[in-house]
Amino acid sequence: MSAPILAVKGLEAWYGPVRALHGLDFLVEDGGVTALLGANGAGKTTILRALSGLIRRTGDIRFRGRPIGALATEDIARLGIAHVPDGRGTFQDLTVEENLRLGAYVRSDRQGVRADFERIYGLFPRLAERRRQQAGTLSGGEQQMLAIARALLMRPSLLMLDEPSFGLAPLVVAEIFRALGGINRQEGLSLLIVEQNASLALDLADRAVLIETGRVALSGPSQAIRADDAVRRAYLGY
Amino acid sequence: MGEFLHQVASGLALGGVYAIMALALVMIYQATQLINFAQGEMAMFSTYFAWKLMDSGWPYWGAFAVTIVASFIGGVLIERLVVRPFANAPVLASVIVFIGLAFIFNSLAGWLYGYSVTSFDSPFTGRPWFGAGYMSAHEAGSIVVTLCVLALVYAFFRFTPLGLAMRAAAQNPVSSRLVGIRVGWMLAIGWGLAAAIGSVAGMMAAPIVYLDPNMMGGVLLYAFAGAVLGGVDSPFGAVFGGIVVGVLGNLVGAYVVGDEVKLSVALAIIIAVLVWRPSGLFGRKLVARV
Repeated sequence: MSAPILAVKGLEAWYGPVRALHGLDFLVEDGGVTALLGANGAGKTTILRALSGLIRRTGDIRFRGRPIGALATEDIARLGIAHVPDGRGTFQDLTVEENLRLGAYVRSDRQGVRADFERIYGLFPRLAERRRQQAGTLSGGEQQMLAIARALLMRPSLLMLDEPSFGLAPLVVAEIFRALGGINRQEGLSLLIVEQNASLALDLADRAVLIETGRVALSGPSQAIRADDAVRRAYLGY
Repeated sequence: MGEFLHQVASGLALGGVYAIMALALVMIYQATQLINFAQGEMAMFSTYFAWKLMDSGWPYWGAFAVTIVASFIGGVLIERLVVRPFANAPVLASVIVFIGLAFIFNSLAGWLYGYSVTSFDSPFTGRPWFGAGYMSAHEAGSIVVTLCVLALVYAFFRFTPLGLAMRAAAQNPVSSRLVGIRVGWMLAIGWGLAAAIGSVAGMMAAPIVYLDPNMMGGVLLYAFAGAVLGGVDSPFGAVFGGIVVGVLGNLVGAYVVGDEVKLSVALAIIIAVLVWRPSGLFGRKLVARV
């Protein structure tokens, strides 16, 4: 196994005085897809927020061996961790193109940015058609694509996605997951995906971490997790 | 008819000043949902700064440029040192900080420069470039300067990456931080820009209202009326509202109530807007989900 791109040890996080994560350990392999699974309220979204520094957290968080547990959100983003938050976090009053330009805000390689625009419009042609439209007027699926596209324009080495399938029609979900799988395979971009739809996430992921009430209940290769009887009954429903 | 056009023209010149001040208010309001009550006194202080430079021999436009830059730096410093510590405090605490700032600048100006009313030179002399017969050279020049400021501010927010990042930071701070924008600095730059354009408003107003530590009190009230009329979350609305208030104030002052109670027109506009259309002409209605 190659060195992990993200190594988390003893992660704890708080909402005000309330502790929501109780010492989690897990790894994200470089170039791999890791899924965070669990029921509503288990703490999956909280994990991503803690990793991005959006809430108070302690513990040893290492990104490519470098501790990031004390860095500010914007510095973590600048290191190459892109976070597509729950609710997508698009800039509703800005146009599609402005949203994408913000993704590339911290980059200085103009040519690379231009090439990435082309590449991303190729990946999500619907965004190209709507580039002058306000993000708030897009459909849910298009907004999710925009959020992912904006994150990709950061040229991250780790992309964290919070429930990319939430509230979307199955066809759109399939399109988005196909795109994510393609990016992972072709560019070796590491993904950390929070999903409530466990079977969908396990199809894409090569490793999975099962979260229960702010703790790691189980982790391992996707096949092993899928084969686990308790997981099958509780999260896959057969 | 000539008298009427004259009133409209000088209303436009004053309205431009109100529009710039209203824009400064809106800039900070959009990012923080707070009205900076010290905006007027900050502009007054900048104007004194320009006056001091000219008094010590600087040419007008040199002093004008240096004042804008100094005001920008001053605005950034005020945000960093005075406003920032109250970022997470209750709204009332921030309001009191703003009012305190206003008093500090007012007293500081009085202490440094005295409370006597001073004249302030206009760079525009002789025949006006346009509208001769209806407005003075200064009023015509002031309208041109106003339009330039508005165009520059528009171009900055519309076409530059920094302007885009500032709009993003005001709209959605969390998402902005997630793409690496330093939201705290965007706020500081916003304060700097507001102070800088406020200083232009002060320098354009001073030849009309004369220079004294209380010169911007009335101007800020009109600007506030303009911002409320146009919609306090809409830069375009604030500019429109400021100009309307300038012209309306002049006409009502000249033909209806007289110059002495002209200022109450601003208050009447504020109350009327708040009663009939609280979000202003171009503002967005806020619907809170509970």
